[in-house]
Amino acid sequence: MSLTLAADSTTSQQNWLEKLGPGQIILAVALALYPLAASDFFLTQIGGYSLIFGMLGLSLMMLAGYGGMVSLAQITVAGIAAYAIAILGNNNSNILGFGWPWWLAVPFAVLAAALASALIGWISVRTEGIYTIMITLAIATATYYFAQQNYAIFNGHSGYTGIRAPVFWGVNWRDPRPFYYLCLGSAVLSYAAILYGARSTFGMTVQAIRDNPRRMRALGYHVTAHKVFAWFLAGLVGGLAGVLLVWFNGRVSPGTIGVDAAIDVLIIAVIGGLRHPIGPFLGALVVVLMQTFAIDIVGAERFNTLIGLVFLVIVFVSPDGILGLWEKIKPHLTQESLRSGP
Amino acid sequence: MTMQRRTLLALALFTGLTAPSMALAADDTIKIGLLATFEGPFTVLGEDSERGAMTAVAEMNGMVAGKKIEIVKGSSDASPDSAVRAARKLVEQDGVKVLVGPLSGDEGIAVKDYAKTQPDVTFINGTSAAQDTTLRDPAENFFRFSTDGAQWMAGLGTYAFTEKGYKKVATVAEDYSFPYTQVFGFMAEFCKAGGHVPSKSWVPIGNKDFSSVIAAIPEDVDAIYVALGGADAVNFLTQYQQGGGSAPLIGGSITVDQTVLTSKGKLRDVLKGTPSAGPTADTNDAPAWKAFVEAYKKQPGAFPSPSLFAHGYYVDMKATLLGLDQVGGDVSDGGKKLRDALSKLSFDTPTGKVSLDKNRNAIADIFLTEVTEGADGTLLNKLVKVVPQVNQTLGIPEDEFMKLGAVNRDNPSCP
Repeated sequence: MSLTLAADSTTSQQNWLEKLGPGQIILAVALALYPLAASDFFLTQIGGYSLIFGMLGLSLMMLAGYGGMVSLAQITVAGIAAYAIAILGNNNSNILGFGWPWWLAVPFAVLAAALASALIGWISVRTEGIYTIMITLAIATATYYFAQQNYAIFNGHSGYTGIRAPVFWGVNWRDPRPFYYLCLGSAVLSYAAILYGARSTFGMTVQAIRDNPRRMRALGYHVTAHKVFAWFLAGLVGGLAGVLLVWFNGRVSPGTIGVDAAIDVLIIAVIGGLRHPIGPFLGALVVVLMQTFAIDIVGAERFNTLIGLVFLVIVFVSPDGILGLWEKIKPHLTQESLRSGP
Repeated sequence: MTMQRRTLLALALFTGLTAPSMALAADDTIKIGLLATFEGPFTVLGEDSERGAMTAVAEMNGMVAGKKIEIVKGSSDASPDSAVRAARKLVEQDGVKVLVGPLSGDEGIAVKDYAKTQPDVTFINGTSAAQDTTLRDPAENFFRFSTDGAQWMAGLGTYAFTEKGYKKVATVAEDYSFPYTQVFGFMAEFCKAGGHVPSKSWVPIGNKDFSSVIAAIPEDVDAIYVALGGADAVNFLTQYQQGGGSAPLIGGSITVDQTVLTSKGKLRDVLKGTPSAGPTADTNDAPAWKAFVEAYKKQPGAFPSPSLFAHGYYVDMKATLLGLDQVGGDVSDGGKKLRDALSKLSFDTPTGKVSLDKNRNAIADIFLTEVTEGADGTLLNKLVKVVPQVNQTLGIPEDEFMKLGAVNRDNPSCP
């Protein structure tokens, strides 16, 4: 199989600024300036948290959107990175904790997550559609219960606490502003990598496999290897999100990787839209805002109903999620602007 | 043109996201955060805890030190992550300076850790009853006026050994910090009295099939100590009885509460005579308790008798309001005065006098109970004995108590 990431010859001539397009530049500037206006709470609990879950959604979007493989195990992959950070680095649960420095622990954790993801992929690639969902759900649930009852590695129900984000270059990376930029940087990196990867030879091949695996096999492509490698790449993104998640919470326990969380990631990807990598980030923002503030709107008894209704309305109005909503509105806006022209 | 619209949209979105927090409470109101489980497996318990807290607020007519009390609610699903997230929202976004909660064991430990990063906010526990929330590595600004799960067991181990004559007991409990603490409390006394615990089974929360657990219980035990909650307790007891098990039971504090006692079928016969202990008793005759039950029943959707969650949140909310009253509702100094007042606070609750020890953990009366059939055929926890003023070290000198080690699945042990 060919994994050469060849740039498209026609677009490589263009200025990279033009290639990005004004929309993404404005978004990038707005996100970079966001800390100037936002409170600490909005920086980490809304901003950072949305970016982390956006990355998890992104790793799912990449598999589902480009590869046609809907996975419910992305939170499990993130959880493996999170547990790896707790085990390789420092924790105050008095179990394991090898005390590795962050620059050694993070690559190992992300790699472990990516390998686990590849393994999950290897198990599930021979299935399709709903069977992939079932098998990944089974893996996610099994991992959850295993973590719950294993004391030697996962420390059971209570998991690991007291995991600190690193302090280097004189910056505590868990302080609101540095942490936000850390999340933003990781998210932009993953986002750009996936945008680039989708147009690469490998990305195109995966999309072709999604559309017609039999023909691709007949053409001589190794379908399984391509799919498993896509899982590996998704695992890198998911693992990075897992590292950020454990630094965000300062702890990891089976509850972090439970079935609820697995479904949250799927909701984020579906609400946001699976057609473009920006979708999961939009979805994550909506989901995090709803989960945080719904209780202020309708009170403690019925706020989950409101959250469910909002999601239902989004999916009902636009089966493509928020992205699809935008696609629907855009032509109207253009039309209107033409009419109101000089 | 499209561009401009898009920019406007983006601007509108970001203004919305950065809107200054609405924490600027008017001078004549005081905000109190209320953190409980309004979602997840403990929703029913969380709702009852809210009733308890609101009973305390209603008692003060919604006013403290001339200011109106405003309750801001936060919801968790009993997982530590969600509890900390809800606490963060209440403190950092809603700007509460006083927070009452959380409900469940591991949540309490996580919120205590979070409390250390917010020294200007005063945290008062809800009903979270893990021992290490206050015993080891406590937070200066975390107070627990409700007692812990080991304290709730006071008197039960001795009672089971001497009065009931049980010499060998197997335990079955859920696998997290609160049941660890309960088993510790029971065994601390039971083992000291000379009893033996040959087998301890830990089951995950929400377990459905207990057959392997039941098979692992030794044949020759005199009784089984069960510390399971809600549906777990009903499932275990039903399966144990169907499997032909006949050993009598000893109940943890939330095992034989009204949610289990109101279940139908043969289970009732098994439950009769089960001794248990906890911070409340259904048939408490004290006038203060009766008055509390009446006040509690005025809350919407109240149970016939308040659960220990309603009781715990009531006591903690009451203490909070008494403390706020003493300092005139003034928390502008980062809550320093309030914390001083709280640590010296001693007051009468529906279940007797409560005061704090040096770790800011409550010293209070504990009730030894036994399940009996009431006049109308309902099962009740009859009050057997009041164990007065139990402290966190269960009356054992502190250095000796600390030597027993931290509670976990293997500690204590007396096979």
